[in-house]
Amino acid sequence: MSEGGQVRKGGSSQDEVEEVEQTSTETDADAKDLLDDVDELLDEIDDVLEENAEEFVRGYVQKGGQ
Amino acid sequence: MATPKFVGVETEYGIAVDGPREVNPVLASSLVVGAYRQAGERDVRWDHTDEHPMRDARGYEPPDPHEPVGDDELGLANTVLTNGARFYVDHAHPEYATPECSNARDLVIWDKAGERILEDAARRAAAALPDGHRVLVHKNNTDGKGAAYGTHENYLVPREVAFGRLTRQLQPFFISRLLYVGAGRLGTEFGGEDVPFQLSQRADFFEVEVGLETTLKRPLMNTRDEPHADPERYRRLHVINGDANLCEVATFLKVGTMLLVLDLIEDEALPEPPAIHRPVQAFHAISHDLTMRIPLTTEDGGKVTPLEIQWHYFEAAARYVKDQGRAAPWAQDVLDRWEALLTTAEHDPRRLSGQVDWATKLELLEQYRERHGLDFGHDRLKMVDLQYHDVRQDKGLYQRLAARGRVERLVSEAEVQAAMTTPPTDTRAWFRGECLRRFPSQVVAAGWDSLIFDTGRDALQRVPMMEPGRGTREHVGALLDSVADASELLQALSG
Repeated sequence: MSEGGQVRKGGSSQDEVEEVEQTSTETDADAKDLLDDVDELLDEIDDVLEENAEEFVRGYVQKGGQ
Repeated sequence: MATPKFVGVETEYGIAVDGPREVNPVLASSLVVGAYRQAGERDVRWDHTDEHPMRDARGYEPPDPHEPVGDDELGLANTVLTNGARFYVDHAHPEYATPECSNARDLVIWDKAGERILEDAARRAAAALPDGHRVLVHKNNTDGKGAAYGTHENYLVPREVAFGRLTRQLQPFFISRLLYVGAGRLGTEFGGEDVPFQLSQRADFFEVEVGLETTLKRPLMNTRDEPHADPERYRRLHVINGDANLCEVATFLKVGTMLLVLDLIEDEALPEPPAIHRPVQAFHAISHDLTMRIPLTTEDGGKVTPLEIQWHYFEAAARYVKDQGRAAPWAQDVLDRWEALLTTAEHDPRRLSGQVDWATKLELLEQYRERHGLDFGHDRLKMVDLQYHDVRQDKGLYQRLAARGRVERLVSEAEVQAAMTTPPTDTRAWFRGECLRRFPSQVVAAGWDSLIFDTGRDALQRVPMMEPGRGTREHVGALLDSVADASELLQALSG
């Protein structure tokens, strides 16, 4: 693997991990984009989600299979 | 050097008809499967000649009152597609069984093609119903109300690999692979326990360690011994403990790690994994705990975590591939992704959102819950949980996440679209699919290991296909190109 800062089992590489997190360069603008993106996604979920969720969920009964 | 492996995955899809009239699920499933045929086409019968679902890998054939009679006897829809897949009605569900694939990446393509086929078939079925009816299909494994339905992986394994060793060496793997195999669900089938969300759709339904049944008392290790290939040479490992996956990375790893681990076991290159005490209970516990760090008790009284078990298999596989000195490109990709995934899980398994289904769904549930201030038992959250699996590309929540680039895709949509009608080129599925495409009126029945032709002679003619690695484009492509119809094909084959 080429990815830096791997933690292996029983790893003593806590320092390595923190180092990687420090090098991440997320700016406030990036963070805001991310939030806008989630907002847009949740707007869309509200749009496409089955309108009568209660009735649909209760009526969703399947026959057992394998 | 391990023998080449082949894999196919069968998925029973959830089905619901929404509308003024109640439509029973067997009929609805038949409509869906039937609707996918082109006008004027008829069902291709399934050839049951070499099917023995009650034969047990432990060496006996007990009567099993729970196995249904053959589908054809009930007159249920069954069809075999030009992509080499079987599409039929099983246990009141439409079931898509991929063609045989030689590697994990191809399996992702033909499994995803199944989603598209179900989407298309359900839309056609709804058009055949009175106005106001919708047919909704979900790639999931439970209704959350006591019913489970399967996603079964099938791997071709040499018969000389002892079944007891397979069972012993795979059991710890099966219970710990939930990290990437789990499709996630709200709640539990065990009343009274506080489990808001768990990794697996299927885990709660497993009750025994080893057994033949698939619909009751489900076993971690299924013993069905029905190779669909030369029984002297092969067994088919029928893995029933996994979930249906929408995330391509999850499907790729589910199948890819198994293919590698089976090579390890065949070549006796796997250091003995820890034997887990009460593995079925451990399977439930791992699913109910989202950390992958729950301490499991081993048979010798030690402790091990599910993540440590996964590293055990990963390290053996990495060493094995390195010692071989060469690996198929897909195998190296499996290793790289497996390592990256376990590494991420060491930080926090929830960071696997966008790669595995349970974490992707959980993140969505939490974001949605926070926005609307809902508790985990709310029907709208249950709706999110269910609609995540809806196969419609404009409504399914996984599909919407994929369209927004919030889940990683491994294959192109063009490859998926092509795989709806064309078979993999490097397995016997190629011969099956191509014969169906080229000679549709002359193939009357198909099975995994046979095709039956009607060429106008007195007797039907059956072509056995007992080697999954034969019947490839390389093997019979020129032959098929050289014949005008099935009569000529059969003449050439017998000549």
